[in-house]
Amino acid sequence: MPIREIDLPNRVKYLSILDQEGQVDEALDPRLSEELLLRLYRGMVLARRFDERMLIMQRQGKIGTFAPIKGQEAQVGAAAALEENDWIVPSFREAPVEIWRGKPMESILLYYSGYSEGGEIREGLNMLPVSVPVGSQMSHAVGIGFGMKYRGQKSVAATFFGDGATSQGDFHEALNFASVYQVPVVFICQNNHWAISLPRGRQTNSATLAQKALAYDMAAVQVDGNDVLAVYSAVKEAVDRGRGGGGPTLIEMVTYRLSMHTTADDPKKYRSEQEVAEWESRDPITRFEKYLTNRGVLDEQQVRSITQEIKAQISQAEQRWQEAAQKRIDPLGMFEHAYAELTPALRDQREMLKKELEDKK
Amino acid sequence: MAKMNMVQALNLALRQEMEKDDRVVLLGEDIGVDGGVFRVTDGLLDKFGPQRVLDTPLAESAIAGMSIGMAVYGLRPVCEMQFSGFSYYALHQMEAHASRMRARSQGRYTVPMVLRAPYGGGVRALEHHSESREIYWAHTPGLKMVIPSTPRLARALLVSAIRDPDPVVFYEPKAVYRAFREEVPEEEETFPLGKSRVARPGGDLTLISYGASLMPTLEAATELSEKDGVECEVIDLLSLSPLDDRLFIESVKKTGRAVVVHEAHATFGAGAEVIARIVEKALLYLEAPVRRATGFDVVIPLYQREQDYLPGVHRITKAVRETLAF
Repeated sequence: MPIREIDLPNRVKYLSILDQEGQVDEALDPRLSEELLLRLYRGMVLARRFDERMLIMQRQGKIGTFAPIKGQEAQVGAAAALEENDWIVPSFREAPVEIWRGKPMESILLYYSGYSEGGEIREGLNMLPVSVPVGSQMSHAVGIGFGMKYRGQKSVAATFFGDGATSQGDFHEALNFASVYQVPVVFICQNNHWAISLPRGRQTNSATLAQKALAYDMAAVQVDGNDVLAVYSAVKEAVDRGRGGGGPTLIEMVTYRLSMHTTADDPKKYRSEQEVAEWESRDPITRFEKYLTNRGVLDEQQVRSITQEIKAQISQAEQRWQEAAQKRIDPLGMFEHAYAELTPALRDQREMLKKELEDKK
Repeated sequence: MAKMNMVQALNLALRQEMEKDDRVVLLGEDIGVDGGVFRVTDGLLDKFGPQRVLDTPLAESAIAGMSIGMAVYGLRPVCEMQFSGFSYYALHQMEAHASRMRARSQGRYTVPMVLRAPYGGGVRALEHHSESREIYWAHTPGLKMVIPSTPRLARALLVSAIRDPDPVVFYEPKAVYRAFREEVPEEEETFPLGKSRVARPGGDLTLISYGASLMPTLEAATELSEKDGVECEVIDLLSLSPLDDRLFIESVKKTGRAVVVHEAHATFGAGAEVIARIVEKALLYLEAPVRRATGFDVVIPLYQREQDYLPGVHRITKAVRETLAF
């Protein structure tokens, strides 16, 4: 028989647990504790409110360009499925994940207001800094995953990226390496449908982004990325697979960037308001709130108190950011952390700037 | 002491560091079973196993990117680019991430990795196998750039590079790989990064070079001594980043004349920086303009013409004689 079907080991499934009306699929419900459900809700609302606050601050000129996350808050479900020893390798639209992991909001504000100090990462946080060049950070997760396997650690590395990143060669290289070495890595693609002005359909001619894993014989799943329970479940399964020695997984979260690419972008130039409105009706927070309310986990009074707490939390962070920003203006800081030790040329250059600063006084 | 060529000396450095430190892991194309196309990693797979000597898929960017992740996690990866001509796929990873991780994370994460790559012409190789583009790396803040010139120094510098807390790009002059042997001690030897050395003392003119070009530079110095009675002091830079200008500045202050030799293109090459330092720090000692004997600003030609491209003894001695006659 010269022609036959080749039986590939993997297929791509689509997972959705919570529909737009907040109705849960009982069979698929991960049955999370009420405490975790409320934490997820809180994490999503905090992410939304902080994003809104940052946008205002950017428009007021208090902070610089940043990448809003509005509409993609269900990513906290991915962070929640990870444990402290698991590493996070983010791109630049994962503020909700970073905050969940423990990066202080004032630190994010410092970074986007131009202070290198905003890059500070607390010891033991196990999270790499924001990576701006699209698609370049995934291979770092592969190296970290290799390290975990080499050291016999039962942990995983989760890396985040967008739909645009899947066109980069580095994405394919990372998937290939991860599969060859069977490292515990979870590749989480936030398909938000727009890589600045290029729509998902023109980014790749593939029906899904998840299917790209099939070429590497890697487990893959596409999930409703606006369904925090589906995101949690898919990532949890991938994490368990990685921990158990089952190798890497590619997860495509189908979500939508309701806001602009960055604050320097005007999406009206390339997409219709009708499309945005359709996705607004699939808002990840609204449906989760409905679900929690229906389940009796959340009531109006709690919503109000959570809203108040979050408001206070953000304003305290802003206060701390202001204090830190006032203190941290030593230009000589640019020479710190260049190398373990300053090179002779850098010592000279530092001295030169120091004198320049004294002259300007 | 055993006499070794540079390939054997590098192999010794890798073997001993791997024996000493289980954080040291090697990765690259054909470095395991094949022992590397130049055999630098020969025998290491058998000795240390596939968890520590990784034959990788063919993707330089992922090799560098994976090394960055390994280093952040606490390993000491030494990755090999099969030829420097293919290492530019990894340039982005090294520039965007390896060089910046320390600063970007405010010192939380560091990238103690070594990226090894054979570089340079003179071995009648294919296109893309003979470049000398070290300046790409040397121009990148946060990276260190090292180029040894002899077997013993190659061994000592590679040990130092592996132990260095910052990312090091380590260019190996393939024209030197098997060109000569030198005594290399079995016992540990290091050589600090960012330090140059006097390869030949002299008082009439300072020749400054590094890597593969050191061989013709030393030959030129010998010829000038024998035929012209001129004693050139030869400085071997060894590290382009950090650049040690102390020795060549001292030497130029003594001789008043200098010629810089490298096979990399002239324009914006290492010589430009060396001359800038001389101008900044020793201008009033100069008795003649500083000359360069370098490769030309063209893509290095295929091998029928490569010897005409490379700065050989003739180009060097001519530059020296003209500088002395100024």
